[in-house]
Amino acid sequence: MAKLILTLDGVVLKEFALTKERTTIGRKAHNDVQIDNLAVSGEHAAIVTILNDSFLEDLGSTNGTLVNGQPIKKHFLQNGDLVEIGKYKVKYVNEQGAGTSAADFEKTMVLRAPQRPAEPRVGDTQTGVKTDFRSTQVDTQFNNTGQQAISRPIPPQAPTTPPMATNPAPAAGAGPMTTLTTAPGVPPAAAMQGVIQILSGPNAGRELPLVKALTTLGKPGVQVAVITKRPQGYFITHVEGATVPVVNGQPLNAQAHILNDHDIVELAGVKMEFFYKPVA
Amino acid sequence: MNLAKALEIASATHTGMVRSHNEDAIAADGGVGLAVLADGMGGYNAGEVASGIAVALITSEMRQAIPKTNLHALSQEEGDLQAVRMLKGVVTKTNTSIFESANSQPQYAGMGTTLVVALFRDNRVSVAHIGDSRLYRMRNERLDQVTRDHSLLQEQIDSGMLSKEAARRSQNKNLVTRALGIEPEVEPEIHTYDAQPGDIYLLCSDGLNDMVEDEDIELTLNAMGSNLPLAANQLVQMANDNGGRDNISVILVKIVRDFPATDTWLSRVLSWFK
Repeated sequence: MAKLILTLDGVVLKEFALTKERTTIGRKAHNDVQIDNLAVSGEHAAIVTILNDSFLEDLGSTNGTLVNGQPIKKHFLQNGDLVEIGKYKVKYVNEQGAGTSAADFEKTMVLRAPQRPAEPRVGDTQTGVKTDFRSTQVDTQFNNTGQQAISRPIPPQAPTTPPMATNPAPAAGAGPMTTLTTAPGVPPAAAMQGVIQILSGPNAGRELPLVKALTTLGKPGVQVAVITKRPQGYFITHVEGATVPVVNGQPLNAQAHILNDHDIVELAGVKMEFFYKPVA
Repeated sequence: MNLAKALEIASATHTGMVRSHNEDAIAADGGVGLAVLADGMGGYNAGEVASGIAVALITSEMRQAIPKTNLHALSQEEGDLQAVRMLKGVVTKTNTSIFESANSQPQYAGMGTTLVVALFRDNRVSVAHIGDSRLYRMRNERLDQVTRDHSLLQEQIDSGMLSKEAARRSQNKNLVTRALGIEPEVEPEIHTYDAQPGDIYLLCSDGLNDMVEDEDIELTLNAMGSNLPLAANQLVQMANDNGGRDNISVILVKIVRDFPATDTWLSRVLSWFK
């Protein structure tokens, strides 16, 4: 369950659990989170909570709402976000997002919106995600036995180390590096990067940094190999063609082959070297 | 008509790195041009039971029905209706079967499954889906998501509440708004698209697309499209490398050549000798 921690000058004033679909913040007494200060508007902001996600919205307040120092109109709250309203600070805590509490199991549920305009049956709840941000409402769905309709528990966090990491390459010495390669702005944990340098042929001397999850080498229709970037290091795999790549004089078999620093790869008549390079 | 020569199919399914059971079920039959994938939900082994029933029943029903239903003798529009009607009928039957099992056996109470079915015929693919299992299409080196999830997150994206990027940070990833076997009736979403030689179709469970970015799926199919079994295994491996929090299943179907409906009596006679 997500909660808000209201502080002033570093002193915790109160905690609020986000149990309601809509939690209001403001100076007036009817707000769920009342802050009796003239810098705070009567109806200052609202937090809409849909199951495990919460969205903050400034209600056109006079002095505005900041999240992590930035003024916002609407904001999808993330665990640890610091909301500033006047001199008051409100911290948003959603432990499930931190993935630390093993007791919190994610459950897959079915949300059922009555398709027919017929009157809702007893026990029916509605999944009304409307375009209007303020009127969004979702209730969890229970079937008529009172039991949760569907649940598939997912242990909250990924395993710390892939079990296959028995032969870590230099780049993966620190355990699983960031493998969500497309996550923007996330620097890879490992400071080393694999590079292929062409040693022979017209492109001799050219360097090919292996930044993507997969890098294709060779000519389609003739001979193709792929180098995959994995938590354990870089692997080369034969994809197509009658001839297979040769690594340090040994032809590859059908299995992916891990590349070690300064391995020599021969592919479609071209010699190349694999090596690790410190990331700038 | 046997499509085995027009379609190349590879598949892989894996429990993942976290779960103890594989609740996904898959089946593919190149001969009749059918691929089925289901991701089961429910306590103990009920999820496996639900997805298992779905895949087994749909595969056997359609294997029987497709050769008997003379889709090719009809005009294309009617042929479409026929294929769509067949998918609808078999999904309805499967829904009833799972729903009744769930209601008659207490250990299976509340079980259900997502579903994605692709039926290839006459240079077309008809796809039926329920829940958050997906069909993607790779064409001209570009990956497109063909199905739209029946999930809370998709509804939030559609309503403009969440951007696709923000959706990846949501804590509500595992909420589907439709599933097979949960209610006495279900409405599958069915659409028909043109299929072209060179296309690669990917059916997958959310264990793949929650763990692997679309961009990397595209990269994989571009790099390994000429070796489908390798590509299928690579996709599973990437999901596992990224944490493998859920079961991962993929079916890849590559259109090797045209498969137009042969609607003359001569071609039907000839097809007996193939």
